[in-house]
Amino acid sequence: MDKPESTGDLFKKTREFLDIFRKGEEFTQDLLKENERLRFKIIQIEEESKTVNKGEGSPVSKLREALKQLEEEKRTLLDRFREVEAENKDFASKYIEVEEENNNLANLYVASYQLHSTLDFNEVLRILQEIVINLVGSDRFAIMVLDEVTNLLTAVAAEGMDEKRIKKVKVGDGVIGDVARTGESYFEPDVEGFKPANEMDPLVCIPLKIKDRIIGVLAVFSLLEQKSKKLSRVDYELFSMLAGHAATAIFSSKLYSVSERKLSTIQGFIDLLSGKGL
Amino acid sequence: MAEYNFLVVEDSPTMRQLISFSLKRIRGAKISEAGNGVEALKKLSEIKFNLIVADINMPLMDGLKLLSIVRKDPNHAHIPVIIVSTEGADADKEKGMQLGANAYLSKPIQTSELLETVKELVKIEE
Repeated sequence: MDKPESTGDLFKKTREFLDIFRKGEEFTQDLLKENERLRFKIIQIEEESKTVNKGEGSPVSKLREALKQLEEEKRTLLDRFREVEAENKDFASKYIEVEEENNNLANLYVASYQLHSTLDFNEVLRILQEIVINLVGSDRFAIMVLDEVTNLLTAVAAEGMDEKRIKKVKVGDGVIGDVARTGESYFEPDVEGFKPANEMDPLVCIPLKIKDRIIGVLAVFSLLEQKSKKLSRVDYELFSMLAGHAATAIFSSKLYSVSERKLSTIQGFIDLLSGKGL
Repeated sequence: MAEYNFLVVEDSPTMRQLISFSLKRIRGAKISEAGNGVEALKKLSEIKFNLIVADINMPLMDGLKLLSIVRKDPNHAHIPVIIVSTEGADADKEKGMQLGANAYLSKPIQTSELLETVKELVKIEE
Protein backbone atom coordinates (compact mmCIF):
# COMPACT_ATOMS: atom_id res chain seq x y z
CA MET A 1 0.00 0.00 0.00
CA ASP A 2 1.28 3.48 -0.99
CA LYS A 3 2.40 5.81 1.69
CA PRO A 4 0.41 9.12 1.73
CA GLU A 5 2.54 11.95 0.41
CA SER A 6 3.77 14.42 2.94
CA THR A 7 3.01 18.15 2.68
CA GLY A 8 6.68 18.82 1.93
CA ASP A 9 6.62 16.49 -1.06
CA LEU A 10 3.45 18.02 -2.32
CA PHE A 11 4.90 21.49 -1.99
CA LYS A 12 8.04 20.41 -3.86
CA LYS A 13 6.01 18.95 -6.70
CA THR A 14 3.87 22.10 -6.92
CA ARG A 15 7.05 24.18 -7.25
CA GLU A 16 8.39 21.89 -9.95
CA PHE A 17 5.13 22.14 -11.81
CA LEU A 18 5.14 25.91 -11.49
CA ASP A 19 8.73 25.97 -12.81
CA ILE A 20 7.75 23.95 -15.80
CA PHE A 21 4.73 26.14 -16.37
CA ARG A 22 6.94 29.30 -16.12
CA LYS A 23 9.39 27.86 -18.60
CA GLY A 24 6.50 27.05 -20.92
CA GLU A 25 5.30 30.59 -20.55
CA GLU A 26 8.77 31.97 -21.31
CA PHE A 27 9.06 29.70 -24.31
CA THR A 28 5.65 30.80 -25.57
CA GLN A 29 6.66 34.40 -25.02
CA ASP A 30 9.84 33.82 -27.05
CA LEU A 31 7.85 32.17 -29.77
CA LEU A 32 5.42 35.06 -29.90
CA LYS A 33 8.31 37.51 -30.07
CA GLU A 34 9.97 35.50 -32.87
CA ASN A 35 6.66 35.33 -34.66
CA GLU A 36 6.29 39.06 -34.35
CA ARG A 37 9.84 39.60 -35.61
CA LEU A 38 9.25 37.32 -38.58
CA ARG A 39 5.98 38.99 -39.46
CA PHE A 40 7.77 42.31 -39.41
CA LYS A 41 10.50 40.84 -41.60
CA ILE A 42 7.93 39.50 -44.09
CA ILE A 43 6.21 42.89 -44.25
CA GLN A 44 9.61 44.51 -44.75
CA ILE A 45 10.54 42.07 -47.55
CA GLU A 46 7.14 42.49 -49.17
CA GLU A 47 7.62 46.24 -49.08
CA GLU A 48 11.11 45.92 -50.53
CA SER A 49 9.85 43.56 -53.20
CA LYS A 50 7.11 46.04 -54.09
CA THR A 51 9.70 48.78 -54.34
CA VAL A 52 12.03 46.60 -56.42
CA ASN A 53 9.33 45.51 -58.88
CA LYS A 54 7.67 48.83 -59.18
CA GLY A 55 9.10 52.10 -60.33
CA GLU A 56 11.24 53.04 -63.35
CA GLY A 57 14.55 53.09 -61.58
CA SER A 58 14.20 49.69 -59.97
CA PRO A 59 16.90 47.08 -60.82
CA VAL A 60 14.36 44.64 -62.25
CA SER A 61 12.88 47.24 -64.54
CA LYS A 62 16.43 48.17 -65.53
CA LEU A 63 17.17 44.53 -66.27
CA ARG A 64 13.92 44.22 -68.18
CA GLU A 65 14.83 47.27 -70.21
CA ALA A 66 18.30 45.88 -70.89
CA LEU A 67 16.78 42.56 -71.93
CA LYS A 68 14.40 44.34 -74.28
CA GLN A 69 17.29 46.25 -75.80
CA LEU A 70 19.33 43.08 -76.21
CA GLU A 71 16.40 41.37 -77.90
CA GLU A 72 16.06 44.34 -80.21
CA GLU A 73 19.78 44.19 -80.95
CA LYS A 74 19.53 40.45 -81.58
CA ARG A 75 16.68 41.06 -84.03
CA THR A 76 18.69 43.77 -85.81
CA LEU A 77 21.77 41.53 -85.96
CA LEU A 78 19.72 38.64 -87.31
CA ASP A 79 18.24 40.93 -89.96
CA ARG A 80 21.73 42.15 -90.87
CA PHE A 81 22.98 38.56 -90.93
CA ARG A 82 20.21 37.66 -93.36
CA GLU A 83 21.07 40.69 -95.49
CA VAL A 84 24.78 39.75 -95.50
CA GLU A 85 23.89 36.17 -96.37
CA ALA A 86 21.78 37.38 -99.28
CA GLU A 87 24.62 39.69 -100.35
CA ASN A 88 27.02 36.74 -100.13
CA LYS A 89 24.78 34.66 -102.35
CA ASP A 90 24.55 37.56 -104.75
CA PHE A 91 28.36 37.93 -104.79
CA ALA A 92 28.76 34.19 -105.31
CA SER A 93 26.43 34.22 -108.31
CA LYS A 94 28.13 37.36 -109.64
CA TYR A 95 31.51 35.63 -109.20
CA ILE A 96 30.26 32.70 -111.26
CA GLU A 97 28.97 35.13 -113.89
CA VAL A 98 32.32 36.95 -113.99
CA GLU A 99 34.16 33.64 -114.23
CA GLU A 100 31.91 32.58 -117.10
CA GLU A 101 32.45 35.94 -118.77
CA ASN A 102 36.21 35.52 -118.30
CA ASN A 103 36.09 32.11 -119.93
CA ASN A 104 34.04 33.46 -122.80
CA LEU A 105 36.45 36.35 -123.26
CA ALA A 106 39.35 33.88 -123.28
CA ASN A 107 37.65 31.94 -126.07
CA LEU A 108 36.97 35.11 -128.03
CA TYR A 109 40.49 36.41 -127.48
CA VAL A 110 42.09 33.15 -128.61
CA ALA A 111 39.80 32.94 -131.64
CA SER A 112 40.47 36.49 -132.82
CA TYR A 113 44.20 36.22 -132.00
CA GLN A 114 44.53 33.07 -134.07
CA LEU A 115 42.45 34.44 -136.96
CA HIS A 116 44.71 37.47 -137.31
CA SER A 117 47.96 35.56 -136.73
CA THR A 118 48.52 34.89 -140.42
CA LEU A 119 48.04 36.40 -143.86
CA ASP A 120 47.96 33.07 -145.61
CA PHE A 121 44.48 32.42 -147.02
CA ASN A 122 44.60 28.63 -146.50
CA GLU A 123 45.99 29.08 -143.01
CA VAL A 124 43.12 31.47 -142.18
CA LEU A 125 40.64 28.87 -143.40
CA ARG A 126 42.35 26.16 -141.33
CA ILE A 127 42.23 28.34 -138.21
CA LEU A 128 38.59 29.18 -138.84
CA GLN A 129 37.85 25.45 -139.13
CA GLU A 130 39.72 24.80 -135.86
CA ILE A 131 37.71 27.48 -134.10
CA VAL A 132 34.39 26.11 -135.29
CA ILE A 133 35.38 22.53 -134.38
CA ASN A 134 37.07 23.23 -131.04
CA LEU A 135 35.38 26.32 -129.68
CA VAL A 136 31.88 26.09 -131.14
CA GLY A 137 31.85 22.29 -131.25
CA SER A 138 30.56 21.52 -134.73
CA ASP A 139 31.42 18.43 -136.75
CA ARG A 140 29.71 19.46 -140.02
CA PHE A 141 30.06 22.91 -141.46
CA ALA A 142 31.17 24.79 -144.56
CA ILE A 143 32.89 28.10 -145.20
CA MET A 144 31.54 29.63 -148.39
CA VAL A 145 32.98 32.62 -150.18
CA LEU A 146 30.93 34.95 -152.37
CA ASP A 147 31.89 35.61 -155.96
CA GLU A 148 30.62 39.15 -156.49
CA VAL A 149 30.59 38.77 -160.26
CA THR A 150 28.45 35.62 -160.48
CA ASN A 151 26.65 36.19 -157.16
CA LEU A 152 27.39 32.59 -156.21
CA LEU A 153 28.60 31.26 -152.88
CA THR A 154 31.29 28.58 -153.24
CA ALA A 155 32.58 26.33 -150.45
CA VAL A 156 36.28 26.91 -149.86
CA ALA A 157 36.62 24.76 -146.73
CA ALA A 158 34.43 22.24 -144.96
CA GLU A 159 34.42 19.77 -142.11
CA GLY A 160 32.46 16.51 -142.14
CA MET A 161 31.61 16.97 -145.81
CA ASP A 162 33.52 17.17 -149.08
CA GLU A 163 33.74 20.85 -150.03
CA LYS A 164 34.06 19.96 -153.72
CA ARG A 165 30.70 18.23 -153.61
CA ILE A 166 28.93 21.13 -151.91
CA LYS A 167 26.67 22.82 -154.43
CA LYS A 168 27.17 26.48 -155.20
CA VAL A 169 24.44 28.64 -153.71
CA LYS A 170 22.98 31.65 -155.46
CA VAL A 171 22.52 34.76 -153.31
CA GLY A 172 18.88 34.80 -152.20
CA ASP A 173 18.37 31.04 -152.58
CA GLY A 174 17.40 29.10 -149.48
CA VAL A 175 18.56 29.91 -145.96
CA ILE A 176 22.22 30.25 -146.93
CA GLY A 177 21.47 32.46 -149.93
CA ASP A 178 19.13 34.55 -147.85
CA VAL A 179 21.80 35.14 -145.18
CA ALA A 180 24.20 36.27 -147.91
CA ARG A 181 21.50 38.60 -149.30
CA THR A 182 20.30 40.16 -146.05
CA GLY A 183 23.49 39.98 -143.99
CA GLU A 184 21.42 38.73 -141.06
CA SER A 185 22.54 35.66 -139.10
CA TYR A 186 20.27 32.64 -139.07
CA PHE A 187 19.84 30.45 -135.99
CA GLU A 188 17.51 27.45 -136.15
CA PRO A 189 14.98 28.10 -133.37
CA ASP A 190 14.65 24.43 -132.41
CA VAL A 191 18.25 23.23 -132.24
CA GLU A 192 17.35 20.05 -130.36
CA GLY A 193 14.60 18.91 -132.69
CA PHE A 194 16.33 20.12 -135.88
CA LYS A 195 15.64 17.86 -138.85
CA PRO A 196 16.97 19.33 -142.09
CA ALA A 197 14.76 18.94 -145.16
CA ASN A 198 17.86 18.77 -147.34
CA GLU A 199 21.63 18.57 -146.95
CA MET A 200 22.09 22.32 -147.35
CA ASP A 201 19.69 23.34 -144.58
CA PRO A 202 21.91 24.83 -141.88
CA LEU A 203 21.47 24.86 -138.14
CA VAL A 204 23.30 28.16 -138.00
CA CYS A 205 24.37 30.40 -140.84
CA ILE A 206 26.30 33.61 -140.27
CA PRO A 207 27.34 36.15 -142.84
CA LEU A 208 31.04 36.92 -143.09
CA LYS A 209 30.98 40.67 -143.54
CA ILE A 210 33.21 43.69 -143.38
CA LYS A 211 30.98 46.59 -142.41
CA ASP A 212 28.07 46.06 -144.84
CA ARG A 213 30.03 44.18 -147.45
CA ILE A 214 29.30 40.45 -147.39
CA ILE A 215 32.22 38.31 -148.51
CA GLY A 216 30.77 34.88 -147.66
CA VAL A 217 28.98 32.77 -145.09
CA LEU A 218 29.72 30.18 -142.45
CA ALA A 219 27.08 27.46 -142.50
CA VAL A 220 26.93 25.05 -139.56
CA PHE A 221 24.95 21.88 -140.27
CA SER A 222 25.37 19.94 -137.02
CA LEU A 223 26.91 20.12 -133.55
CA LEU A 224 29.05 17.60 -131.69
CA GLU A 225 27.06 15.07 -129.69
CA GLN A 226 28.51 16.26 -126.37
CA LYS A 227 27.22 19.80 -127.05
CA SER A 228 23.81 18.35 -126.05
CA LYS A 229 22.46 20.04 -129.17
CA LYS A 230 22.40 23.37 -127.44
CA LEU A 231 23.92 26.71 -128.26
CA SER A 232 25.26 28.65 -125.31
CA ARG A 233 25.75 32.38 -124.89
CA VAL A 234 29.43 32.12 -125.79
CA ASP A 235 28.48 30.32 -129.03
CA TYR A 236 26.37 33.30 -130.10
CA GLU A 237 29.20 35.65 -129.12
CA LEU A 238 31.68 33.51 -131.02
CA PHE A 239 29.45 33.52 -134.09
CA SER A 240 29.02 37.26 -133.84
CA MET A 241 32.80 37.70 -133.46
CA LEU A 242 33.48 35.33 -136.34
CA ALA A 243 31.11 37.25 -138.60
CA GLY A 244 33.45 40.22 -138.46
CA HIS A 245 36.89 38.86 -137.63
CA ALA A 246 36.81 35.85 -139.95
CA ALA A 247 35.63 38.08 -142.77
CA THR A 248 38.47 40.54 -142.17
CA ALA A 249 41.03 37.73 -141.89
CA ILE A 250 39.79 36.04 -145.08
CA PHE A 251 39.58 39.32 -146.96
CA SER A 252 43.00 40.62 -145.88
CA SER A 253 44.70 37.28 -146.60
CA LYS A 254 43.14 37.26 -150.08
CA LEU A 255 44.24 40.85 -150.64
CA TYR A 256 47.72 40.01 -149.40
CA SER A 257 48.10 37.06 -151.76
CA VAL A 258 46.81 39.20 -154.68
CA SER A 259 49.19 42.03 -153.79
CA GLU A 260 52.05 39.53 -153.40
CA ARG A 261 51.29 38.20 -156.89
CA LYS A 262 51.11 41.72 -158.30
CA LEU A 263 54.31 42.68 -156.52
CA SER A 264 56.20 39.76 -157.98
CA THR A 265 54.80 40.59 -161.46
CA ILE A 266 55.87 44.24 -161.08
CA GLN A 267 59.25 43.13 -159.73
CA GLY A 268 59.56 40.89 -162.80
CA PHE A 269 58.83 43.84 -165.08
CA ILE A 270 61.30 46.07 -163.23
CA ASP A 271 63.95 43.36 -163.44
CA LEU A 272 63.20 42.95 -167.14
CA LEU A 273 63.36 46.70 -167.81
CA SER A 274 66.52 47.17 -165.80
CA GLY A 275 68.16 44.27 -167.58
CA LYS A 276 68.47 42.14 -164.43
CA GLY A 277 66.30 39.44 -165.88
CA LEU A 278 68.48 39.04 -168.92
CA MET B 1 54.34 30.90 -103.87
CA ALA B 2 54.01 27.35 -105.16
CA GLU B 3 54.96 26.73 -108.77
CA TYR B 4 53.22 24.28 -111.05
CA ASN B 5 54.59 23.03 -114.35
CA PHE B 6 51.92 22.05 -116.83
CA LEU B 7 52.49 20.45 -120.20
CA VAL B 8 49.90 21.08 -122.92
CA VAL B 9 50.12 18.59 -125.78
CA GLU B 10 47.85 19.61 -128.63
CA ASP B 11 48.39 19.87 -132.38
CA SER B 12 45.83 22.61 -132.92
CA PRO B 13 47.44 26.01 -132.14
CA THR B 14 44.01 27.43 -131.29
CA MET B 15 43.25 24.76 -128.72
CA ARG B 16 46.81 24.83 -127.43
CA GLN B 17 46.58 28.55 -126.86
CA LEU B 18 43.15 28.28 -125.28
CA ILE B 19 44.22 25.52 -122.85
CA SER B 20 47.46 27.37 -121.97
CA PHE B 21 45.55 30.62 -121.59
CA SER B 22 43.12 28.92 -119.22
CA LEU B 23 45.84 27.21 -117.18
CA LYS B 24 47.71 30.50 -116.77
CA ARG B 25 44.84 31.60 -114.53
CA ILE B 26 46.16 29.24 -111.86
CA ARG B 27 48.57 31.16 -109.65
CA GLY B 28 52.15 29.94 -110.08
CA ALA B 29 51.37 28.05 -113.27
CA LYS B 30 54.15 27.63 -115.83
CA ILE B 31 53.04 26.29 -119.16
CA SER B 32 55.05 24.30 -121.69
CA GLU B 33 53.54 23.43 -125.03
CA ALA B 34 54.06 20.55 -127.43
CA GLY B 35 52.44 19.93 -130.82
CA ASN B 36 52.50 16.13 -130.59
CA GLY B 37 53.55 13.18 -128.43
CA VAL B 38 57.15 13.17 -129.63
CA GLU B 39 57.64 16.83 -128.73
CA ALA B 40 55.97 16.11 -125.39
CA LEU B 41 58.44 13.32 -124.57
CA LYS B 42 61.31 15.71 -125.29
CA LYS B 43 59.81 18.28 -122.90
CA LEU B 44 59.28 15.55 -120.29
CA SER B 45 62.97 14.74 -120.35
CA GLU B 46 63.82 18.40 -119.69
CA ILE B 47 61.25 19.55 -117.12
CA LYS B 48 59.55 17.97 -114.13
CA PHE B 49 55.82 18.40 -114.74
CA ASN B 50 52.95 18.46 -112.27
CA LEU B 51 50.33 17.65 -114.88
CA ILE B 52 49.89 16.85 -118.56
CA VAL B 53 46.91 17.85 -120.71
CA ALA B 54 47.02 15.86 -123.94
CA ASP B 55 44.81 15.71 -127.01
CA ILE B 56 44.08 12.25 -128.40
CA ASN B 57 44.22 12.92 -132.12
CA MET B 58 47.66 14.22 -133.03
CA PRO B 59 50.18 13.56 -135.80
CA LEU B 60 53.42 11.57 -135.22
CA MET B 61 52.36 10.31 -131.79
CA ASP B 62 48.80 10.54 -130.47
CA GLY B 63 47.74 11.24 -126.90
CA LEU B 64 46.96 7.61 -126.06
CA LYS B 65 50.42 6.42 -127.15
CA LEU B 66 52.00 9.24 -125.17
CA LEU B 67 49.91 8.27 -122.14
CA SER B 68 50.99 4.62 -122.30
CA ILE B 69 54.68 5.63 -122.56
CA VAL B 70 54.33 8.04 -119.63
CA ARG B 71 52.66 5.41 -117.46
CA LYS B 72 55.39 2.85 -118.22
CA ASP B 73 58.20 5.28 -117.37
CA PRO B 74 58.93 5.19 -113.62
CA ASN B 75 60.14 8.81 -113.77
CA HIS B 76 56.83 10.11 -115.11
CA ALA B 77 54.29 7.44 -114.18
CA HIS B 78 53.01 9.48 -111.23
CA ILE B 79 52.16 12.60 -113.31
CA PRO B 80 48.40 13.17 -113.58
CA VAL B 81 47.22 13.14 -117.21
CA ILE B 82 44.07 14.71 -118.59
CA ILE B 83 43.13 13.52 -122.04
CA VAL B 84 41.13 15.71 -124.39
CA SER B 85 39.26 14.71 -127.50
CA THR B 86 36.77 16.02 -130.01
CA GLU B 87 35.13 12.62 -130.06
CA GLY B 88 32.42 12.15 -127.50
CA ALA B 89 32.69 8.40 -127.92
CA ASP B 90 32.81 6.37 -124.74
CA ALA B 91 35.31 4.01 -126.38
CA ASP B 92 37.97 6.75 -126.45
CA LYS B 93 37.31 7.65 -122.85
CA GLU B 94 37.41 4.00 -121.78
CA LYS B 95 40.66 3.38 -123.62
CA GLY B 96 42.23 6.48 -122.10
CA MET B 97 41.13 5.57 -118.60
CA GLN B 98 42.38 1.99 -119.05
CA LEU B 99 45.78 3.34 -120.05
CA GLY B 100 45.88 5.32 -116.83
CA ALA B 101 44.46 8.75 -117.63
CA ASN B 102 43.23 10.62 -114.57
CA ALA B 103 40.48 12.55 -116.34
CA TYR B 104 38.84 12.90 -119.72
CA LEU B 105 37.51 16.11 -121.22
CA SER B 106 35.67 16.38 -124.50
CA LYS B 107 35.81 19.40 -126.81
CA PRO B 108 34.65 22.10 -126.83
CA ILE B 109 36.48 22.42 -123.52
CA GLN B 110 34.79 24.38 -120.77
CA THR B 111 37.50 26.43 -119.05
CA SER B 112 35.84 26.12 -115.65
CA GLU B 113 35.69 22.33 -115.98
CA LEU B 114 39.34 22.18 -117.06
CA LEU B 115 40.49 24.37 -114.16
CA GLU B 116 38.45 22.41 -111.63
CA THR B 117 39.89 19.12 -112.87
CA VAL B 118 43.46 20.44 -112.83
CA LYS B 119 43.09 21.89 -109.32
CA GLU B 120 41.64 18.63 -108.06
CA LEU B 121 44.37 16.47 -109.59
CA VAL B 122 47.28 18.70 -108.54
CA LYS B 123 45.57 19.50 -105.21
CA ILE B 124 45.65 23.24 -105.64
CA GLU B 125 43.57 25.28 -103.27
CA GLU B 126 42.84 28.87 -104.25
